[in-house]
Amino acid sequence: MPASLELEKHGGGGGGRVPPPRGGDGGGARGDDAPDFRERLNRYRLGMAIGLIGVIMVFVSLTSAFIVRQGTTTRDPNTGIETVDWLPITLPTSALVLNTLLLMASSVALEMARRSLKRQYAVAEAVGDSEAQAPAPWLAISVLLGAGFLAGQLFVWSELRRRGVYLPTNPSSSFFYLLTALHGVHLLGGMIALGYAQATAWFHRSIAQRLLVVDVTGIYWHFMALLWLYIFGLFQFVK
Amino acid sequence: MAEHIEHAAHAHAAPTGFIRKYVFSLDHKVIGIQYYFLALASVFIGMFLSLLMRIHLVWPGVSLPLIGEIKPETYLSLLTMHGTFMVFFVLTTAPQSGFGNYFLPIQIGAPDMAFPVLNMLSFWTTFLAFLVAIAAFFVEGGAPLHGWTGYPPLSAVPSAGPGEALGADLWVLSIAIFCVASLMGALNFITTVLDLRCKGMSMMRMPLTVWAWFITAILGLLAFGVLLSAGILLLLDRNLGTSFFIPGGTVVNGTLLNHKGGSPLLWQHLFWFFGHPEVYIAILPGMGVASQLLSTFSRKPIFGYKAMVYAIMAIGGLGFVVWGHHMFMSGMSPYSAFAFSLMTMAIGVPSAIKTFNWLGTIWRGRVHFDSPMLFAVGFVSLFVSGGLSGPFLAQPLLDIYLHDTFFVVAHFHLIMGVAAIFGIFAGTYYWFPKMFGRMMNEALAQAHFWLTLIGTYAIFMPMHYEGMAARPRRYSQLTEVGWLQQLTGVEKFVTYAAFITIAAQFIFVFNLFWSMFKGKKATDNPWNATTLEWTTATPPPHDNFAGVTPTVYHGPYEYSVPGAPNDFVMQTDPTPHGGHVPSEDKPLAAE
Repeated sequence: MPASLELEKHGGGGGGRVPPPRGGDGGGARGDDAPDFRERLNRYRLGMAIGLIGVIMVFVSLTSAFIVRQGTTTRDPNTGIETVDWLPITLPTSALVLNTLLLMASSVALEMARRSLKRQYAVAEAVGDSEAQAPAPWLAISVLLGAGFLAGQLFVWSELRRRGVYLPTNPSSSFFYLLTALHGVHLLGGMIALGYAQATAWFHRSIAQRLLVVDVTGIYWHFMALLWLYIFGLFQFVK
Repeated sequence: MAEHIEHAAHAHAAPTGFIRKYVFSLDHKVIGIQYYFLALASVFIGMFLSLLMRIHLVWPGVSLPLIGEIKPETYLSLLTMHGTFMVFFVLTTAPQSGFGNYFLPIQIGAPDMAFPVLNMLSFWTTFLAFLVAIAAFFVEGGAPLHGWTGYPPLSAVPSAGPGEALGADLWVLSIAIFCVASLMGALNFITTVLDLRCKGMSMMRMPLTVWAWFITAILGLLAFGVLLSAGILLLLDRNLGTSFFIPGGTVVNGTLLNHKGGSPLLWQHLFWFFGHPEVYIAILPGMGVASQLLSTFSRKPIFGYKAMVYAIMAIGGLGFVVWGHHMFMSGMSPYSAFAFSLMTMAIGVPSAIKTFNWLGTIWRGRVHFDSPMLFAVGFVSLFVSGGLSGPFLAQPLLDIYLHDTFFVVAHFHLIMGVAAIFGIFAGTYYWFPKMFGRMMNEALAQAHFWLTLIGTYAIFMPMHYEGMAARPRRYSQLTEVGWLQQLTGVEKFVTYAAFITIAAQFIFVFNLFWSMFKGKKATDNPWNATTLEWTTATPPPHDNFAGVTPTVYHGPYEYSVPGAPNDFVMQTDPTPHGGHVPSEDKPLAAE
């Protein structure tokens, strides 16, 4: 007993005790099989959450640039008067609202897809893959709605160009094109992942495989929907 | 999203083909070595550029073979690319991505990183960034002139100088690609630490190296996204006519630019919000390695393990709220300057805690001065010497005088450059036996250490005095400036010291490659260390532990435990005190 007390004193980070019950157990299945589904799902969800922090930082810094740029002034060399060159952008709001609805619907459809896959997975676990019913087409619907959103955004761009508002026209339009483009690129990445999930169905990959992709991409997709609301709000209310 | 398939396949067997094994490998150990050699190539590029600068500063008119005479704009290109290669491809790449990739999974008892395919992608994306940066040398106009900090409007206007056309575009692109790669790497590191620790490896039993890599990854995750955004804005300004950073009324070469209303200071804020944490991204892994080695080679537990962990966190956290101290010269409000100054000086507290604990660790230890230990002690020495000038520069009143002088050059080279490099050397000498199965030559290592230590002090210490004598930085040629004539001797001394120090690095490279093939065979645990990498074979098998997941029972620094038969207790040792079982005790069960 005294010896273990000494260990407490000398041990760098805790003495020679029985390991705590928690402490990560990843990769435990190495050697016999791939890590089990639940473990992989948690790992991918965690990775996605951490990845989204990186994405958040990109948009946070662009927001700060957006706000700072609104207040910067140009000094007229002749008169010495400082002027702000920021002109609030007039957006085709109705088209943007429609786009927003499309994206929200897409998010809901993806959640339906995830739930139906989850049920399918549970059935397959219990009675085997062959007995599981054919999946509802929620995934395809979600991708279509997402594509609709992107097409809608392109329409908004063309509408702005028709009105003579281009990327360099005004800092507000620069930010609008930039933020919508960055958001669009992120959505495209999500659509590629969902397309892959759809493809796994055609290639008869396991339901677990598909559920994994849909679940993790779902987190991303919902986040992108919220991000869009944020960007839209920025241009509506912080102009 | 094809990762899990690859991962599952990876979990089964080691790849056999050359390409899958050594080129597009998913094995974190191979990827770690790839990063290491990328950094090694970059450090020689960076050193070569600095050598050209030193030659030019002392003999401005000399014509070099193949290069010719160095023109002022070429000098600025050298300056820019030296900083870029050293900061991004050496100081960010080797300690974190190199050693971190190789040893983080092993030290926490994991078979690989959380996402092996993403890991491979991170490396090859970094390599692409490296190629794009190299390409900047060879395009028309050459490499950019705007320094590694890329301040606009110089960096935002293609017509501003010979290197500012395509060269600068490639530079921004390279940095942006590097950001993406670093974000992927950071994501992987954090997930691995949180999710893949083996049984018994609680957070507070992780080696301090793992803590340092973990906190560094968090810094990277929060910082690189900001630089990426800034890079995108800069590219738009350069190529698509926007005005984020270019102010109205800017006249370049007699032409009034079309841009208006942009803010160069906006760039500086975004850049330094990344740039200051970047300093800690470079140095924290070195701190981890120093802690690990000082404990191991003093045969004593690290002094104040928890304090060390909290100090790493504090340094990382404070690193995000001090960026303004790079901008005291920008005319910021004295109130903000005061706040940034105060926060900056607060970093002295956790830094002092770390230094105190390092000294406490070696105090009355049975110190073995093997080469890894020498470099770890050298790290502490440089960290203190470089760090002490920090509180000077943290005060706006002093900084305004010293900011554009060699004092700052001396400060950041000692602490961010050379101290971090000593961390890399210490790691190399320490882990080489595990990575390549052979020992490095000790005599060459000792010679390398003394030459490098004395050499770097000889280069950078005099720069402090030059700075206080108002020798400005970033200028190509000052030999004709009257009031700097008295510094000519010091300048020459620094250049000669640089020659010798750079020459000494060839001893290291020779030792590295010679030992890889001809070194003495290493045992599995040549340093009698306790962490998990020393429990497995040398070099480690494909899945690190040959199918057996280790279980951890001890903290990482149980040296000289009273009553234990050896002076070290492995983390996996199931007995309470390393095999010494008092009659009333029984060995503890694994569960």
